[in-house]
Amino acid sequence: MTPDAARARSLMTRGVVLTVLALIGQAAVMLLAIQFTPVEARQGMAQKIFYVHVPAAVIALWVAVPLTAFAGLLYLWLHDPRLDRFAAASAEVATVLCGIVLATGPIWGKPIWGTWWTWDGRLTLTLFLFFLLLGYHTLRAAIRDPGDRARFSAVLGVMGLVLVPFIHLSVYLWRGLHPQPVVLKPSAPSLPPEMLRTLLSGFAVAFLLYVGFVTLRYGIQLARDAREAAHAG
Amino acid sequence: MGRALRHALAIAGKDLRMELRTRTSLLSAAVFAALVLMVFNFARDPTAVATVDLAPSILWVTVTFASVVAMNRAFTVERENGAFDGLLLAPVSRESLYLGKYLANLAFVLIVEAITLPLFVLFFNLDLGGALPGLLLTLLLATIGFVAVGTVFSAMVAKTRFAELMLPILLLPFMVPPLIFAVKTTVPLFAGRPLSDVLPGLRFLALYDVAFVTLSVLLFSAVVDE
Repeated sequence: MTPDAARARSLMTRGVVLTVLALIGQAAVMLLAIQFTPVEARQGMAQKIFYVHVPAAVIALWVAVPLTAFAGLLYLWLHDPRLDRFAAASAEVATVLCGIVLATGPIWGKPIWGTWWTWDGRLTLTLFLFFLLLGYHTLRAAIRDPGDRARFSAVLGVMGLVLVPFIHLSVYLWRGLHPQPVVLKPSAPSLPPEMLRTLLSGFAVAFLLYVGFVTLRYGIQLARDAREAAHAG
Repeated sequence: MGRALRHALAIAGKDLRMELRTRTSLLSAAVFAALVLMVFNFARDPTAVATVDLAPSILWVTVTFASVVAMNRAFTVERENGAFDGLLLAPVSRESLYLGKYLANLAFVLIVEAITLPLFVLFFNLDLGGALPGLLLTLLLATIGFVAVGTVFSAMVAKTRFAELMLPILLLPFMVPPLIFAVKTTVPLFAGRPLSDVLPGLRFLALYDVAFVTLSVLLFSAVVDE
């Protein structure tokens, strides 16, 4: 076994362990949300989705997507294949998290807003990112040469990063329906302590899930590259 | 600077000459635009929706799709006979190469738009009147920006399998923000509103142009240099 293949194996093991821990944590957060957190007075049980939806959205939009773009930018400068592997792994997890956000949102939206979907600024932005990420994966899948694949996806990532403020500008001109932030805002969090505790556990678990998934995907990609190199050499 | 521009114009001239002699992509993009306009005519209920309410959407959807069709050709034509390797080996800077390809693409898309616009006015019985100068400016500003991105992407997808499908998948998300603002500009123009209603949209389009033309020039060498 080559050193890369051995390293890939240990990364995959670590990734699986972290992912399993995160999934157990996710179950615990759901239990905490349903059993041990007070029911919101006006929204009732529908509000429980908040503890999954918001952490997934924050980790996707503020961690996974920017890290993908920055890893791409650094790749264009340093040409280090590790950066490309990380960008690809992070983009995959971002896609999953965006999918979770886009799936849980309507479940809440239907009882509270009376509609599954609306072209509100935040919804549109998330949908845009989801499509950009799908384009990113489609592009990667269509290129065989690893060097081309890394450079092209890095270019797309950087372009996407610049596009985000423009999407933001263009979709926020419409007044939104989406609730305003209750925790990450300039004044103090306006959430009762029990709810805040559950939400923060949700954040921790979503972040752990991100780290676990990325480690696992990175390991798989490393194993693939090692195999390709073994076949080529 | 003068030399770089001359090189760019030489490359753009080569592309335009090639196109004018064969006319395949230009003609197909124009026919495609006319067909989309026709589909729109049958896809709406003229008794339920006034044409002027729907006109901005029809115009911009047609322009969007026809532009993608027109841009696909820029680098796919270079695949034959290793023509692109020849271009890369030519003593021309990457920036000039990009600029040349960009100018040729810009000319194509503008020609397609110039064919689409009269057809659009004719088919939907519109009276543009005083809206024409504003509309032309909006078309120009929107086109300058998305063709810049489209030129970079068409260089990338030329090296992939199913390039013709890949370009719209990558490019459409980048075309939507300018499209939103172009529509926001076109609606008040068609309604005969004062210029102050149109300016914010135009300003946004100009900002998009500056950002993406610069970024595309900077990133292009990362696409073609291995």
